[in-house]
Amino acid sequence: MEYLVSHYNYWIYILLMMVGLYAMLAKNNLVKKVIGMSIFQTAIIVFYVSTGAKREATIPIIAHGHGHDAAHAVIDAAHYANPLPHVLMLTAIVVSVGTLGVALALCLGIYRRYNTLEEDEIQEQLQ
Amino acid sequence: MIIYEQAPALIVVIPLLSAFAINIFGLYNRNTCFPIALLAMAATLGAATSTLVRVLQTGPISYRLGGWPPPFGIEYVIDHLNGLVLVTIAAVSLLAVIFAKLSVEKELPEKIQQFYTLFVLLVTGLLGMTLTGDAFNLYVLLEISALTGYALIALGDNRALLASFNYVILGTIGASFYLLGVGHLYIMTGSLNMGDLFNILPALYATRAVFVAFLLVLCGVWLKMAFFPLHTWLPNAYTYAPSAAGCLVAPLVTKVSVYIMIRVMLSVFSANYVFDVLSLAGPIVWLSVAAILFGSIFALAQTDLKKMLTYLIVAEVGYMVGGVWLATGYGISGAILHIVNDALMTFCLFVFAGIVAYKIGGQKLSDLQGLYRKMPVTMAAFTVGALSMIGVPPTAGFFSKWYLILGAIEAGSYHFMAALLISSLVNAILFFRIIEIAYFEPKADHHHGTESSEAVISEAPFSMLLPLLVVAVGLIVIGLYSGTIVSNIIQYSLPAGL
Repeated sequence: MEYLVSHYNYWIYILLMMVGLYAMLAKNNLVKKVIGMSIFQTAIIVFYVSTGAKREATIPIIAHGHGHDAAHAVIDAAHYANPLPHVLMLTAIVVSVGTLGVALALCLGIYRRYNTLEEDEIQEQLQ
Repeated sequence: MIIYEQAPALIVVIPLLSAFAINIFGLYNRNTCFPIALLAMAATLGAATSTLVRVLQTGPISYRLGGWPPPFGIEYVIDHLNGLVLVTIAAVSLLAVIFAKLSVEKELPEKIQQFYTLFVLLVTGLLGMTLTGDAFNLYVLLEISALTGYALIALGDNRALLASFNYVILGTIGASFYLLGVGHLYIMTGSLNMGDLFNILPALYATRAVFVAFLLVLCGVWLKMAFFPLHTWLPNAYTYAPSAAGCLVAPLVTKVSVYIMIRVMLSVFSANYVFDVLSLAGPIVWLSVAAILFGSIFALAQTDLKKMLTYLIVAEVGYMVGGVWLATGYGISGAILHIVNDALMTFCLFVFAGIVAYKIGGQKLSDLQGLYRKMPVTMAAFTVGALSMIGVPPTAGFFSKWYLILGAIEAGSYHFMAALLISSLVNAILFFRIIEIAYFEPKADHHHGTESSEAVISEAPFSMLLPLLVVAVGLIVIGLYSGTIVSNIIQYSLPAGL
């Protein structure tokens, strides 16, 4: 139980991922699949961001980094959140927005051609 | 000399900048798109070749982007393995762009500018994935090539949209798995640089998180390369893509994913971890046996030329994955050699399918009747590609298959050897069936005399024939020199002790 609670952030991202995966694979409506895809990607972003967070830590900007005090101040990495995962996720967010855009554009094209976004109805028309 | 020094970066920069140029100049004049793309691809091939030559002369190159030292900055690493893959990608893209000119003008007259922009961006992504020595940078480039691939496929005919949509969904799952795996590695090691990971990871080999990271990355890459049973997106997506897009996507995307699998297995993790610590090799070789058999049998069931070729890709991916997981020197050499050979063979066959679509309009096998008389040169080149697929010496396909079979014997995986032989037999049936169809004339109509069935030679246009002939000659030349390639290039990419 303690294991569950102490790692609750990971459980949340696993839950989100499974919700997304379920929607992507099991839903019949194409837009719902796209939403599932978005949730899936967001889950991974949340996972990364949570790994960079620390208790009692602040944003990773060194205060009073310039001037006379800079040489005396001891900088302890434990006092700062890890900025790298957050920066990586900026890129991943851009990628996921791009994917979302392509997927929605495809949905639009499919709707114009088949007049529906339900996968089974499209399959019927393709037969 | 500066250009020589900077060649590793130019390999990515040239196609990337040409995408902007194509977009801007294409707005004013559509006819400028093709020359810019052609120039960019030729320059890229030059940069890739000079980089490979430099690697052969001086050993692996590490290129620091922006001058930042490796564990913090992004590093491009070029060694013998990816030097070879880079030249293959650049050469196939150059040939594909030459083929694309007329094909695009016919199939996508409204979207010439968009096509070439996506084309060069896809090449950028593929080359970048091959060059990079940074695990996260690889994810970004993976997605660049994937997104442009989705769009290129969606330019195709009616059913392409749905095929592309399925590819988006599965491709995104694959890339996300890869990203998640990299996340686990980062948590465990605090580094994203492949060389750095290689040094830090051995102390952590016993942990479950590293094992999970390896599995996630592996599954992600498998989805991208359409390894059985994760191949479901591939046949439809590649069948309904425009011919010119198919010629670029089909030979390269799966092969680059195989390269990434090899890179992750040998340069991020190590041969010791992958083959000795984990006991996955047995089941994965069985899985690739299933992939080979499944791909071959389904190819046999198709009546559509392109769809048949797509199932053959599924089988070929099985060859390469199985070859790597045999964990023997011969097996890995065969898999690496097969990356090059299969890229060329698949390109040859897809260009042939593209020419058939251009000249005849159909893709059914029955449309091929009488082609030997109508297009003797095209069919001769196709025959070389087909013989290489079957594995007839002295074509390139024979030699990689030979190495794979030697690897299978060395590893004692006789089921893998049997699968290779069965698949060769099935390929022989498939291609001799096509050759037989193409030898015979279409059924003469009773109303016409025998005179009118005297088919006139009507060859494909030169710009389509050129890439086909170059690649057909290339298949024979690479076949003849495969011993040299293995002993001078591939040998150095094998892990020590194999």
